[in-house]
Amino acid sequence: MTPGRRKPRLKPVDIAVFAALVAAVFYVAYRVDSVLEYRWDWTVIPQFLYRWDEELQRWVPNLLMQGFVTTIRLALLSIVPAALLGALFGVLRTSGRLLPRLISRSYVELIRNIPPLVFIFIFYFFISSQLLPILGVEDFVRGASPATRSSLEVLFGPSALIPNVISGVLCLAMFQGAYMTEIVRAGIQSVPKTQREAGLSIGLSRWQLWRRVILPQAVRRVIPPLAGQFITLVKDSSILSLISIQELTFLAMETAVSTTRVFEVWITVAGLYFCLCYFLSLAFDRLEKSAAVARA
Amino acid sequence: MDPGQPLIELDGVHKWFGDFHVLRDVQLRVREGERIVICGPSGSGKSTLIRCINRLEEHERGRIVFAGKELGGETRDLAGIRREIGMVFQEFNLFPHLSVLDNCMLGPTRVLGMTAREARERAMEYLTRVRIPEQAEKHPGQLSGGQQQRAAIARSLCMQPRVMLFDEPTSALDPVMIKEVLDVMNDLAESGMTMIVVTHEMGFARTVADRIAFMDEGAIVECLAPEQFFANPADERTKEFLSRILAH
Repeated sequence: MTPGRRKPRLKPVDIAVFAALVAAVFYVAYRVDSVLEYRWDWTVIPQFLYRWDEELQRWVPNLLMQGFVTTIRLALLSIVPAALLGALFGVLRTSGRLLPRLISRSYVELIRNIPPLVFIFIFYFFISSQLLPILGVEDFVRGASPATRSSLEVLFGPSALIPNVISGVLCLAMFQGAYMTEIVRAGIQSVPKTQREAGLSIGLSRWQLWRRVILPQAVRRVIPPLAGQFITLVKDSSILSLISIQELTFLAMETAVSTTRVFEVWITVAGLYFCLCYFLSLAFDRLEKSAAVARA
Repeated sequence: MDPGQPLIELDGVHKWFGDFHVLRDVQLRVREGERIVICGPSGSGKSTLIRCINRLEEHERGRIVFAGKELGGETRDLAGIRREIGMVFQEFNLFPHLSVLDNCMLGPTRVLGMTAREARERAMEYLTRVRIPEQAEKHPGQLSGGQQQRAAIARSLCMQPRVMLFDEPTSALDPVMIKEVLDVMNDLAESGMTMIVVTHEMGFARTVADRIAFMDEGAIVECLAPEQFFANPADERTKEFLSRILAH
């Protein structure tokens, strides 16, 4: 805390602005209500989150909750390859040699200059028709022992959807990796050249220089923007709905169509995304602060 | 190595930064235990010259030989040569993510293969020599400029180099701190360390240097013992430089 910092206090102007905002929201709501003639019915929503299963005699997650869990899975699973891609290409990007720089630059520019959706359409076609058959994912899942299969299900969700989820993860990782590459590059380049010189002058090898001097400093600077990128990744996972990955947005579309409760469904989904991302950003804030305290 | 041979030998060294001819036909021989001060106006190539000696800069023509090994594109084990050449920078360049002690221990443990205990003992010995043993656990950011520079000197000394290069070690410091650092450098000189020092501190040069080299436009104009250098330098440019730098 800065000494002498006062508690924020609302001034009359702030109150006026705030009141105007509230009034505007009410006015819009009123207009929507009178123009749309939409009959709100929130009663259908809860059963699409959880429904009572007569056979099992217990509550089971329905479409929206399943989608929500898949979205979280997608995010957690793709952050790993995305970060690896980002780290690898980020390091290559700062290489002294031309070829590594050229390769990683091409990767970044290719992905940054194509809309994610278009990229995913093209890339998904390649993954689902070429890569997954080569890897033999489907056969592997089908032939897996019950024990492996149940641990796979913890990771990837229902076994029937595993190839689907893996495609989603790869697509997401591919294009998020490009953004992470840029973050990692910036982090590495933010370590002054003089640090390199100091390391060399005590006789460190190239690898020791990276391991002991450059990476520890780069990582520290890169963590906050990477955390932000992770939240973006969660939100961007929604475009995977367009290649039929059964995550939250995809299942929300299905639910909206089948129930015709379009606004209720999408507002609920917005709420779910908001809760997840806001939770993440609070968590990262905390981490950052405790790291700052630990360093001081 | 035959004892008559100089520890460092520069012969006809040239270097260009693009069109700019930074080093012109530099000749310099430094014997073991000798202390050389290099001075001259800014942009005269002093820093570039000493940075060529541990090959942070690459020279384009001529020969640079350290302890019988020539530095060049084909030099194997450059790291092995660099560990024997200590370098102190104008901006200290301590590793900010490591404590002062860890800064000093990094080279000995990773490069010299010492155990942590040996390295710590050695680090504390040199930190005591530069008179900041009590700062060992702190991070560089928590130290004053003078303390940081002394820590940087200790970090270099922990490698027990055969020569220490100083690149304007006091230029980023205020007068009180300059004195702290110069005192440490004086001690070091008395201990017999071979030193090449780029500095504008003429008092230091007068008392410590065996020879003072004056550089201008990339060339060593003259290289004389201090008495001669201050009393009757041969070249007009040296006289002019001296009159300007000693005036204030």
